[in-house]
Amino acid sequence: MIYEASTIAVVLFFVFVAIVLGLSFYFAAKTKSSSGYFAAGGTIHWAVNGIAFAGDYLSAASFLGICGMIAFKGYDGFLYSIGYLAGWIVALFLVAEPLKRLGKFTFADALDAKFNSKGIQLAAAISTLVVSLFYLIPQMVGAGALVTPLLGFPHWVGVMIVGAIVIFIVATAGMTSTTYVQFIKGGLLIIFSTILTFYIMNNGLSLKPDHDDQTYHEYITLSDDNMQGFTIVGEIDKDEMHFVKAEKDGVFRWFLQEGDIYKEALSITDTESGDRLYNGKPKEDRAFYQVGHLAKIVIDGKEVTETGPLGPMKYLSTIGQSEIVSFPEVKFEDGGNNVKCYIQKTVPGAKVLMPGLKFKIGEGADFWSRLNFISLMLALFLGTASLPHILIRYYTVPSQRAARKSTIVAIAAIGFFYVLTLFMGLGASVNGVLDVESSNMSGPLLAKAFGVGLFAIISAIAFATVLGTVSGLIVASSGAIAHDFIDRYLGKNLTDKAKVRAGKIAAFCVGIVAIVLGIIFKGMNVSFLVGWAFAVAASANLPAILMVLFWKKTTAKGVAWSIIVGAVLALGIILTGPTNCAKFYGMETAIQPLDNPAIISFTAALITLVIVSLVSQKDNATKIDIK
Amino acid sequence: MQHGEAAKLGTDHAQKKKQKLGVWLFWVYTIVYAIFVAIGVTNYEMMGKIVMGSQNLAVVFGFGLIVFAIILGIVYNQICTGYENKLNKEEDKK
Repeated sequence: MIYEASTIAVVLFFVFVAIVLGLSFYFAAKTKSSSGYFAAGGTIHWAVNGIAFAGDYLSAASFLGICGMIAFKGYDGFLYSIGYLAGWIVALFLVAEPLKRLGKFTFADALDAKFNSKGIQLAAAISTLVVSLFYLIPQMVGAGALVTPLLGFPHWVGVMIVGAIVIFIVATAGMTSTTYVQFIKGGLLIIFSTILTFYIMNNGLSLKPDHDDQTYHEYITLSDDNMQGFTIVGEIDKDEMHFVKAEKDGVFRWFLQEGDIYKEALSITDTESGDRLYNGKPKEDRAFYQVGHLAKIVIDGKEVTETGPLGPMKYLSTIGQSEIVSFPEVKFEDGGNNVKCYIQKTVPGAKVLMPGLKFKIGEGADFWSRLNFISLMLALFLGTASLPHILIRYYTVPSQRAARKSTIVAIAAIGFFYVLTLFMGLGASVNGVLDVESSNMSGPLLAKAFGVGLFAIISAIAFATVLGTVSGLIVASSGAIAHDFIDRYLGKNLTDKAKVRAGKIAAFCVGIVAIVLGIIFKGMNVSFLVGWAFAVAASANLPAILMVLFWKKTTAKGVAWSIIVGAVLALGIILTGPTNCAKFYGMETAIQPLDNPAIISFTAALITLVIVSLVSQKDNATKIDIK
Repeated sequence: MQHGEAAKLGTDHAQKKKQKLGVWLFWVYTIVYAIFVAIGVTNYEMMGKIVMGSQNLAVVFGFGLIVFAIILGIVYNQICTGYENKLNKEEDKK
């Protein structure tokens, strides 16, 4: 996609970043102890913590990833909203209060509270680091995607900016500033997403999605009788489709042949000489377009060209009866050039509003695709209650009652936002705003269609979202290194000051690793990546957390082995699955057919815990009884 | 090395009752969520059936799961607060 920066967007962006940094300076002066650095001293009000939970949770994955996936894959993206929210049920009913009772700074404290085991301390610290890194990748990818249209910088610059700011925030103030940044940003994200949804409803649906300063491209259709000056110079067959290459005024374009007509496709060509052409022209010629429109609008059984303002339910039912044009990618080689074509494909609205466009569970489904879907839904359900940066937030409030209440505030705020994601995602898919190169920008680009001011605010909030979530993750990681590993596992018995210093050095190192990973994973849907983080978290952490809380025969060895088996299996399945095999190893057939590991890795971790605990019962003689 | 919490917590005499209620409500929600996933993989076409006010089952069930989670959370909090107020007060009097 070709972007140019807008002044108002740049100004608002820097105002937001300045506020975030100002908060960090302010709280830095107040944070002296390790309790203040890692757990905000346990003094945060439950309502503030609840919205901060929402701020932590509504990360790049929710606003950028889910909206983008709904825009490109319909209801399948909304499955993430449903699963992410359902995960809070596990957190509220099973984990929130007991974890608050057992822990101090990190979730490893809670796991180890009854055992004082080196094995648990090490395994939990490693698991926290692995899960946090997996969760950091999509945040950094989202940051890069955001900065490109906002400031006109390339992806890697965006990743570097976020990394640098977050390292600064975390290295100065820790959990208190992270909490207040998340509170402000979580609240603003929900308010402005509601405003954006209002704009979508008020705008209604139209066959020609033009906006004030944004005219939608008129797609050309050629026929043998009317070639409009184009001359066919090449033909290629790919995936049972026939593509023709046509030339006009020295520019080469691609069309999809259907019978005796030729439908215009968007194309990105990487030439042998290393140039990249957009629709046959260099980037500077701005010949590439945003996409996403309706082929047919049917409201109350009548076909219309536009609807005018619609209510939320009418909006959904009208899309359900209409037809949407999506732009799937087809790759092929043309001589020595690599070509990516984005072809017009009409999809019935009824199909968009049910699962199946991304996850194969209906037509064309097999055993493995169904298992993949079940595994994803399991990971989303079980992952929330085992995410380290979410779990540490239970230690920032003063009581168990406050932990419970803040979870309920979080569920209400997050649930409301997730309902909005369906409207924002569908709105993006029919308003001519989609960037075929990155689904992640669908939400902010939709806001841009309704005005640069709204785009600037939404983008700045989304950027702050990334800042806040990355801060929380880095605090969790630095706690795992400084508190769990150095202080407890290595038994260094650090002074309070030394522990905070070790945490800040750890934060710096984790931040650097996150920057590198954010650059490597450019272009992947951030919600899809977060799905992996959930799977690793659910497999490595949740069996241990639940069994420590609910099964008296659990032993330290059982907990440690369960974490190791869960993490290794989840990582192994992800790294050998279809997505990674295709993206990183260039393999057309994956080593194994599952992308989502939770159904195997969670179950295996649970079984491991039970078996190891049963054979190591004598260890429980030294177990500490905590009421 | 054993240590305490970031904030000092008092004794909670309602803990067992709250835990039991939490487990019970967890299973209620889990069963409804499992039905949603099961329909998706075993009877996919059913998701497209119009069931309420021209909305299909996928939309109604999806929104329903989100709203159900919020309602269960509020009910859980009300009951737990009742337990805490009653049991912790009674124990304090003893």
